[in-house]
Amino acid sequence: MSLVTANKLEKTYQIDDISVDAIRGVNFTIEPASFVSFVGPSGSGKSTLLNMIGCLDPPTNGSLQVVGQDITRMNRKQAARFRGEHIGFVFQDFNLIPVLTVFENVEYPLLMVQNRPAEERKKRVNDLLEAVGMGDQGDKYPSQISGGQKQRVAVARALVTSASLILADEPTANLDGETANRIINLMKKMRDEFKTTFIFSTHDPKVMQNAEIVFTLEDGLLLQRQTNNGWGA
Amino acid sequence: MNNIIKIAARNLRRYSRRTLLTSALITLGVVAVLLFIAITGSFKEMMVGQITDAMLGHIQVHRKGYLASIDNLPLNRNLNQKQVTKVKEILNNIDAVESFSMRIKLGAMFSNYTETTNIRLNTIIPEQEVRTVPLLPERIIEGPRKDVLLQKGEILVPELIAKGMKVKVGDSVVLVANNKDGSVNGKTFTVSGILEGISGPGGRDGVIHLDDAKELLRINGVEISEIAIRLKNINHLPKVFSRLKAGLEPFRDKKDKPIFEVHTWEKLTPFYNIAKMIDLMTFFIKIMLVAIVLVSIMNVMIMAVYERINEIGTIAAIGTLPGKIMALFVTEGFLLGVLGTAVGTIISLISIALINAAEITFNFGRQTDLLLAPTIGAGDIVTIVLIVIAISVLASLQPAFKAARMDPIAALRHV
Repeated sequence: MSLVTANKLEKTYQIDDISVDAIRGVNFTIEPASFVSFVGPSGSGKSTLLNMIGCLDPPTNGSLQVVGQDITRMNRKQAARFRGEHIGFVFQDFNLIPVLTVFENVEYPLLMVQNRPAEERKKRVNDLLEAVGMGDQGDKYPSQISGGQKQRVAVARALVTSASLILADEPTANLDGETANRIINLMKKMRDEFKTTFIFSTHDPKVMQNAEIVFTLEDGLLLQRQTNNGWGA
Repeated sequence: MNNIIKIAARNLRRYSRRTLLTSALITLGVVAVLLFIAITGSFKEMMVGQITDAMLGHIQVHRKGYLASIDNLPLNRNLNQKQVTKVKEILNNIDAVESFSMRIKLGAMFSNYTETTNIRLNTIIPEQEVRTVPLLPERIIEGPRKDVLLQKGEILVPELIAKGMKVKVGDSVVLVANNKDGSVNGKTFTVSGILEGISGPGGRDGVIHLDDAKELLRINGVEISEIAIRLKNINHLPKVFSRLKAGLEPFRDKKDKPIFEVHTWEKLTPFYNIAKMIDLMTFFIKIMLVAIVLVSIMNVMIMAVYERINEIGTIAAIGTLPGKIMALFVTEGFLLGVLGTAVGTIISLISIALINAAEITFNFGRQTDLLLAPTIGAGDIVTIVLIVIAISVLASLQPAFKAARMDPIAALRHV
């Protein structure tokens, strides 16, 4: 069964009297444990699509199924609960909470979203920090680590709830080339280890090259679905 | 909920400067209010204590209409033996009554053989009077303090008359009075003490023995102008007053009008209005505290929400329920209130202890060296604590609601 199924998906924004069609009737499916990238120029609808898949923004028309659930008609509370259970986010600006340590940032979803017991939280967070190579940085604050390290922490935070799907909006946009490479490799490793699906929106050719499936968007339309041989799907 | 408290506490700890400033403001407000309540309360207690324990008692019973004409000290509105007996019967059946004292109030001429002046007299049975107004002996500023306040044939002269008439302890004086029929009688007294004048009704009266008054006024049998009553605990005042009033209400004259009138000390002295004014001032000070807490917490929480829009977007995106986001901010406000109140209460209690240790005295009217002895009741502390914490939570609600309703996408885009 597909992890994400979009059927005639549309998103229209109403700004005063002007309607902007951000997504115009796209259809696609994404299988579990895949490494997918949405690419396209600015304003093509990449972020809108990710926001809809992530239950942050409801579609205007069409249907969207994620992890076997129709998410098109969810209210705020249901959407929040769904995100907390199934979806992890990695942001372009890392979005770590500045007043919390690295450990506390990764622990946060377990504490505030999933209410896991302290022992389980500690073990899970330490395991993930080890996995992303930040095991010895748990006591540091975000301001004390580099951009690449912040993104590693963000990946750990996204994975900590055992989400089936991680959405990453331009995850390497604020990183230098070498660091971006390391982050992509880390995410691949995590995908292999945890069988988590990663979906990106990106401009970054490195991310595109490494994706198994690349969806090309332009003006809200899905122009192309491309499979990279190296990762074969 | 524990997790929310934990995260809220972490946030407050990490935004330490803002936390300290806000809680300092709340602390300042709490200290100001608690000290104000303690000091004004001490002043009020002292005034009430002086008035009730040195003069009035807690409740007084008169014949109906006596109080309206008290300036004339009417002798034709005294209670007779039968009426006094009825009042005594009721009072003896009320456990909350500590003691009561029978008095005759009269006006007389006071002569030192060279000069004559008017004097108001309170005539008493010393044992009853001392039990009912225990601070009366302390008002004797000249003359020996005796086991028995006053013997027959002795007079306690008010300070101002003693000074004006140049009368000293041991001097002989003559009191001349009209009885209720208008006939005049005189009697010689020895000055046994000079009585300090205090503010309020009866505060500048001379004191003689009730038996001397009966002799002076040629009263046969029992005639009493007022019965002053002391309670074991002043907090029982409303209950005892109601019971006494209900007990005396059925006694009616031939015209079916009540024979007795009952008044609490509050109705007998203008100082009750001062006490009420202190209560009113305390109320307004509390309102000011509420305003301080409301404005400071609201300001801080609005700023906290504004500064943390991106953070709110992040926590909403990763699945934090809107209710939890709201609870998080409300809890931060609550903890700020608790912190400010706790520190404020501790500082207030220490300050009150220091003021008491310093034994600060003050003057009020003609009274000097009154000791400032501030105390604060647990009830007042609990009230202030609850008000401040409730207002802290209330002030956090709007910003918290705003945070909870925030659109995650817009919040994530916020720079």
